[in-house]
Order: sequence, then C-alpha cells, then structure tokens
Amino acid sequence: MAVTNQLGIDPDKYKWGFHDPEKYVYKSRKGLDREIVEMISSMKNEPEWMRAYRLHSLEHFQQRPMPVWGANLAQIDFNDIYYYLKPTEKKERSWDEVPENIKNTFEKLGIPEAERKFLAGAGAQYESESVYHNLKEEWEKLGVIFLDTDSALREHPDIVREYFGTVVPPEDNKLAALNSAVWSGGSFVYVPAGVHVDIPLQAYFRINAQNMGQFERTLIICEPGSYVHYVEGCTAPIYTTDSLHSAVVEIIVKEGARCRYTTIQNWSTNTYNLVTKRAVAYRDATMEWIDGNLGSKITMKYPSVYMVEPGAKAEILSVAFAGRGQHQDPGGKVIHAAPHTQSVIVSKSIAKDGGRAGYRGLVKIYPGANGSKSAVRCDALILDDQSRSDTYPTMEIDEQDVSITHEATVSKVSDEQLFYLMSRGVKADEAMNMIVRGFVEPIVKELPLEYAVELNRLIALEMEGSVG
Amino acid sequence: MADLEIKDLTVQVEDKVILKGANLTLSKGEVHALMGPNGSGKSTLANVLMGNPFYQVVKGEVLYKGQDLLAMSPDERARRGLFIAFQYPVSIPGVTMSSFLRTAVSARRGYDKELMPVGEFQKLLKQKMDELKIEPAIVSRYVNEGFSGGEKKRAEILQMAMLEPEIAIMDETDSGLDIDSVKVVSDGVNRMLERAKGTMGILLITHYSRILHFIKPSYVHVMFDGRFVVSGGPDLAEELEQSGYEGIKAQFEVIAAEVQAEGAVRRAGKVFWVEH
Repeated sequence: MAVTNQLGIDPDKYKWGFHDPEKYVYKSRKGLDREIVEMISSMKNEPEWMRAYRLHSLEHFQQRPMPVWGANLAQIDFNDIYYYLKPTEKKERSWDEVPENIKNTFEKLGIPEAERKFLAGAGAQYESESVYHNLKEEWEKLGVIFLDTDSALREHPDIVREYFGTVVPPEDNKLAALNSAVWSGGSFVYVPAGVHVDIPLQAYFRINAQNMGQFERTLIICEPGSYVHYVEGCTAPIYTTDSLHSAVVEIIVKEGARCRYTTIQNWSTNTYNLVTKRAVAYRDATMEWIDGNLGSKITMKYPSVYMVEPGAKAEILSVAFAGRGQHQDPGGKVIHAAPHTQSVIVSKSIAKDGGRAGYRGLVKIYPGANGSKSAVRCDALILDDQSRSDTYPTMEIDEQDVSITHEATVSKVSDEQLFYLMSRGVKADEAMNMIVRGFVEPIVKELPLEYAVELNRLIALEMEGSVG
Repeated sequence: MADLEIKDLTVQVEDKVILKGANLTLSKGEVHALMGPNGSGKSTLANVLMGNPFYQVVKGEVLYKGQDLLAMSPDERARRGLFIAFQYPVSIPGVTMSSFLRTAVSARRGYDKELMPVGEFQKLLKQKMDELKIEPAIVSRYVNEGFSGGEKKRAEILQMAMLEPEIAIMDETDSGLDIDSVKVVSDGVNRMLERAKGTMGILLITHYSRILHFIKPSYVHVMFDGRFVVSGGPDLAEELEQSGYEGIKAQFEVIAAEVQAEGAVRRAGKVFWVEH
C-alpha cells in the first residue's frame, strides 16, 4: 500500500503531482484588489477598453455573493491566492526557446510529442501566461489563427473586441466576473469560413506554484461552414493548500459550422475547478462539448449551448470520476431559442472511496422553438457504499410542439458482473476496471484514439486498489 | 485420484441449506450428466464449484487436481482450467465480446502484463466461430447485451471453446434452445471433446434428457433435494425420460425409507442408492 499524504492523495498514483522550483519573471502579492487588476493590465500593455472591462468586472465580483446552490465553496479564501504569475518574458513558437525547466515539465506531460504526432497546433500555459503556442504552417496558410488570447488582443484587436465577453458577460456569475477581472492566457482560435481543421488543436494548462490561481480565457470563433476540434488538458502539483482554476470559454459557431471542444481535466485533488463554458450556435451549426473530469477537489462546470437560430444542434457528453475527497458537480445546459433545434446530453458519473459525482443540467425550450428535440441521459455508477451520486435535472419547457426525453439510472457494480468476468480468469481489479471502462465507453468512443487511450489510462489509475 | 472430487458438500444461501452433503468425482475424459428437477441444487453446485460468492459453503470440501478448490478465487479456478457455461449469463455494457474474450484467453494462457498478440487471437477466434457456426458480428457487440436467449448460450459455448478448459460445467445450456440450436451447440461440444483427446471433462447439467441424445454421457447422476440420489450409465437418462422425475422420486422415497430402516446400501435394478 502506497503512503498517502494528508490530502488522501497517493503520490505514486497521481503522476503529475511533481512541481518545479519557482523561477518567475514576476509574481504578484497575494490577494485581489484594484491595484492588482491595474497591474495585470499594465504589465500586459492592454488597450484602455480592456482595463476598464477588468475593473468593471472586479466591482461586480466584489459585490456578487458566492453561489450556494451547488458544491461547498465556503473554504475558498480569495485573499490567499496569487492572481498573477508571469513565468517567462515571452512566449515561443519553438520548444527549444522555452526555458529548460518549463520545457521539461511539458516533456513529462507528453505535449511536444503529441504535437509532432497528431496535432494541428499546440499551446502550453504555465501559471498565468502561455509559454508556447504554435500552429502548423499548412493551417496558418489557410487563415486559421491559433494564439494565446493576450497575443490575439495585440495582433487581432478588432476580432477580440467584437466577440470578447459577448457569450459570457462578467455579470453572468461570480466566478465569470473574477475571470473577467484577472484573466490571463488561454487560447484564441479563429477558423475562416469553409476551413476544416481536421486534426485537433490542443492547449495544455499547468499550474506549478502553491496557492496559485489560474484564470485563462479562451475564445473560439468558427466562421460559416468551418470545423475545428479543440482539446484541452490540465494538471497541477499536489500541495497541502488549495489552488484555484477559474476559466471562461466563449465559443461562437456560425451558420453550418461545427465545433468540438474536448476537455480531459486531471487537476490535482487540491484544486478548485470552477469554470464557465458557453457556446452560441447559429443556423444549422453544431456545438459539441466532450467533458472529462477526473481530477480536482471540487469541479463545478456546466458547458452550455445557446441554439439561437433554426437547425442548430448541441451535444454534451460528460464523464466524471470522483474518488476520495472529491466532489464532481458537472453537467450541461442546452437552450433552445429557435425552432427545429436539437440537443443531446449524455452524462456518466462514477463515485468511489467516498467521492461524490453527479449531473446538474438544464434543458430550456423557449416559446416558439417548435419542432425542437432534446434527449438527456444520465447514468451514475457507484463503486462502494461510502460514495454518493446526485442528479439535478431541470427542464423548462415553454413550447408544446417539442420532443423531450430524459432517462436516468443509478447502478452499483454488481457482484454478478464481477463474478462473471472473474469466472473467465480475469482478476478482480481488472474485472472492476472493465466494468467501469464499459460504463464510460459510449463517451470514450467519441474521442480521437490518443485521447481515448489517455482517458482509459487515467480511469485505470483511479481504479487502482479498488478491489481489496 | 480424480481431477475433481466433491466430498460431503453442504451449501447454504442466507439461512436456507440447498446442498445437503453432495458427493461426486469426475475426471478429464469423462462426461457426467447431472439431472434433477428444478430446485434440486444443480445450479447451486455449479456456481459453488466456480466460486460464486453468493453461496456459503458450510461443510465439505472440493479437491481440484488434489488441491483445495474452495480456497481459490474464481479467476484462479478459471486460469487453472475450470469453466462454467452459465444458465443466465449477465451482460457487461460497453465491453465488446472480442475485447472480453481476448482478456480472458490471455489470462487462461498465462499472459500476465500483456495480452495475447492480436493476430494470433483473431485467428483462434475465427476458427472457433466457424466451428460453432456463430455469426462474426456477435464479437463486436457488448457482452451479452441485448442477446437473445439462444445467442447468450452460443456465446457461452464460444467462450468455452476459446478457453479450452480441463473441466467444464455446462449449466442447462440446452434450456431455451430450439432443437436445431441444441444440435449445433452439441456438435461444437463433441468437437471440443474429440479435439481434447481425453484432456477435458464435462459436467453437463440438464433438466431434460434431450441434449443427451447428442452429447453422450459416460455417467448420469440424479439430484433431489440437495443430494445425489442415483447414479448410473447412459441408460439411466432413458429411464428418466420414460418415467419422469416422479417415477424416480417414488422409487427414491421407497429406497430412502428402506435405507433408513436398514442403514445399508441397497441396489434396486438399474437404480441404486449411493450412501454418503
């Protein structure tokens, strides 16, 4: 039995729990006020509108109470967090230029290798700033833009200003206001009309310092008829104090375009992961969120799709795994605001060792969204008696001519299933693994092979030692 | 020494005693038919031999090749060559038959960290499916998920063929199958027996004698109320077919009374009472 630390994290199991010595160009003091926000903006040399936007957002953050309807966030101390940490002077387009220790970290995480093998472009963010962003030339030639959001604000100020904050305004929720005040880094993706980026773009987010807050801001714009698949991964070291990750992701999917956004979140279990992700889908556009939540202490994240023109489609696939000390509160929201819009939500949650996992979702159909269809399916698998699953499905249907289905199941791994597999020579832990893998299969099969393998591997690691 | 020796096996579920001191020996190369009415304990015996944790062994022992079978986990039993074709196989959603079979065959063949090479596995799988006349599409479906009764039984036999057991228990594999399917399954089992050249034994549990026209047993046993009450050759099955369980039961009750009175082993025609 491996030694676990006081957080109940087995350091041998969470292989991404290492950290580098802190060598930073700039580290803000702890805490958040006007001065810190102004400092961030001036260090980034931002236009005045963004500075004003940040300050306005800060005011809203300070006035807005903490949300109390979901997971318990009472222990977050916003004054005990570093809001801005600049690791390097500039971001690079070649891994050779990235400082050695940071490069090593991303090597360990397998990012440069993945980029060489199967990505159209890759980005890497370390603390507050992106340290690397590169798009392969063939895509650049087609007019695709893939930058960190700070660079995008400098290089493409008009596009950023046109869309920034239009999908998730600072007033949306307290954490969105926080992100809008102190955002740094994140990805900016622009796909011109008709361009299909048929291999994924990937960004990797890494927290390294203790008590760090990471607030990346991602903006994706898919012009009519385009396609892009954006993938994000995330990890952090194991500390005895908590880290905060609070991102905002805004996506605009225009007529006939399709965007797929895949997350494999594996934060260390001392990280609060409170993220606002939302997309707007126009006529005949398709937005797909694939959301895998394995790590973090608490995750609250409900990727949303606003279907605002006829024929728009939304698909949200969510997998959550909660082990000891973890509370996964993921879900999704689909807003049918136009006729003949379609949505599918599939949620699979697994809880073990006293963890808590579930689904919280909203299906909203506005009057006049006739001919719309929505199907929600949430399945929970509970691996032992200490663990818990919660399902909070909300439906607000204000139109008669619609088709809505909702199915929910909660199951335990049955002794019969385990016995059946074992009677064929499969060892108990592998049998448990097979059952869990089978449970998430409908979602894993949607992933590109490399990510499917990674997700299965992460689940297998979580499952280690489940059967005594 | 027989390969499988069941001695005075007493088993309960919750507070109900189901097996009341069962005795049987079985060796590779032999086919034993186990018959008996519903509720007599046949399936319980099969499940206990495979290690189903639902049942508690309260007395007795089982030796497998001289070793304590009851001390082994179900997966260890399987890796050592024991197999059960279940009466009611459970489904495993999301796990394809082929990945399941590859994992199982690899375990049986002693691959530890890695799986059996995929090419070798595919070849074996194709050969077995051809022999058993199984639709290839079945292996890309999830284990038993949405299978018809017949498909489930054939999938169990496919697993048996793939795992090449030394002792196979077939728990009412024939029930729910039409006569053509019984014949296909039986042909497959006979081919396995032939190919095994005496290295495989079968405990064939059945409610009806129908399957015994296709798979010829070397011995036939009848269970009542948790005990083996009569054993004999293949003709015992025919007798059962004539008289039904009621006929045997009536004889059994007479004999049992006599045994109780005389405390001895008695023989009555082809039917004999085995004292335990």
